[in-house]
Amino acid sequence: MEYLTIQELVETAEKKKMSIGAVVLEDQAVQMEQSKEKLLSQMEENLRVMEKAVESGMDPELRSTSGLTGGDAWKMMQYAQMGGITGSFMTKAMARALAVSEYNAAMGKIVAAPTAGSCGIMPGCLVTMMEEHQIPREKIIEGMFTAAGFGIVIAKRASIAGAQGGCQAECGSAAAMTAAALTEIMGGTPKQAADACAMAIKNQLGLVCDPVAGLVEIPCIKRNVGGIMIAFSAADMALAGMESKIPVDEVIDAMKEVGDSMPCAMKETAQGGLANTPTAKQMKEQVFGKKEV
Amino acid sequence: MNVFDIIGPVMIGPSSSHTAGAVRLGRVAWQILEDRPVKAVIELSGSFAQTYKGHGTDKALIAGIMGMDSYDERIRCSLELAREQGLEYEFHEVNIPDTHPNTAHIFLYGESGKTADIQGASVGGGNILVEKINGMDVAYTGQSTTILVRHYDRPGAIAAVTNFMAYSDVNIGNFRLSRQKKGGEAIMTIEIDGAAPEGLTEQLKVLPHVISAIILKVI
Repeated sequence: MEYLTIQELVETAEKKKMSIGAVVLEDQAVQMEQSKEKLLSQMEENLRVMEKAVESGMDPELRSTSGLTGGDAWKMMQYAQMGGITGSFMTKAMARALAVSEYNAAMGKIVAAPTAGSCGIMPGCLVTMMEEHQIPREKIIEGMFTAAGFGIVIAKRASIAGAQGGCQAECGSAAAMTAAALTEIMGGTPKQAADACAMAIKNQLGLVCDPVAGLVEIPCIKRNVGGIMIAFSAADMALAGMESKIPVDEVIDAMKEVGDSMPCAMKETAQGGLANTPTAKQMKEQVFGKKEV
Repeated sequence: MNVFDIIGPVMIGPSSSHTAGAVRLGRVAWQILEDRPVKAVIELSGSFAQTYKGHGTDKALIAGIMGMDSYDERIRCSLELAREQGLEYEFHEVNIPDTHPNTAHIFLYGESGKTADIQGASVGGGNILVEKINGMDVAYTGQSTTILVRHYDRPGAIAAVTNFMAYSDVNIGNFRLSRQKKGGEAIMTIEIDGAAPEGLTEQLKVLPHVISAIILKVI
């Protein structure tokens, strides 16, 4: 992609009176030397994989390879039928995010968005927008280009890898990309999408990557639920007219600085944080047996 | 980087490095064997050795050895499939010094007696780096079409191969030579732009001093 900052994306979209999603699609058609139709249908294929993962992950019998997780999406979906505290829209979105993440841990087929550890956030939000708000597919797919455009800038300026930037780089990036997409899907301006992205990152700044036994399960799966809550609330704030006081590109740079100064023990090495608790150590023994790492 | 690097790849979970990358390492061994595999002996080092069961790295490697892609839904049951298809496998936890934490060493035996021996690492995000093929140093990433030419270390062997490729209008993006000893067996790792033209390996095989040539596709 030729854009190195979100600011450039916003300015181009404003000048051309297009959404950021449309700007990204146009850019990619040129860069990848492919027709827009081809790219749109490839993105739709990714959406289909996401939908299938939502469905398959709802199986009450689903268990991960390690045996540590599975079945929570189904539980959450049963609860969502009753509405819950945050209403059925939000609780169903939570169930869908759990479904994709649990399916990933059970060796199911998923779309890394942007990573496998954070793969539940985008489908959790987008499938829920289609199911509960009847948003047409084409709008969702255009929104995925918005999300991807934001994601590319984040990956270039900061990181999308837990080993490099902690969980803020994985679930944080996923929530930020999705917040921007949700804003444009709901008719927000390019500037509002940028603000939504900034507000989502700010809410996950500093989140460490501390997977129990080094597996993409605990706490990753539940952090995908946190990710959708932040994506929806950041988009709602932006659509309400709230602005990020710190411009989005500076927020992304701050995320990089935070990631760089995070200790190694908190960056996917399973040496610190939740991974270092007595219970986590027991779980590790349970899965891998007793041995020195 | 493009949009499908961010929303993608489509893969079998749970981990791009422990699952998707492992499938790709297995696939390299499968490509090099050029035969139906009947036995695989796999050594795992570092993080692979410690956590392979929880991540399904064993299933992923076997799936790759059977020729599956990293998005193939049969990966989950690849061990059963291997047993059904008469592919025996063994995993050993070892320590291969001075290597990336996610390193695997794969020995493959084919039904017609061919063997393949590769050592490589899953270096993150599903990307791989194969460092040794049949005991010789290479640097294969699976991102460009790569031609491996085993040959005897003799004057003119490299010129013959590269001249032939120039004549076939194939552009070389990267070239690496590794030899065990002066005058012995050597291997050229040649990355090219685009796909290899039809019949290239057959033509390379008849050049002077060439023992064998195989094309590794982008995986």
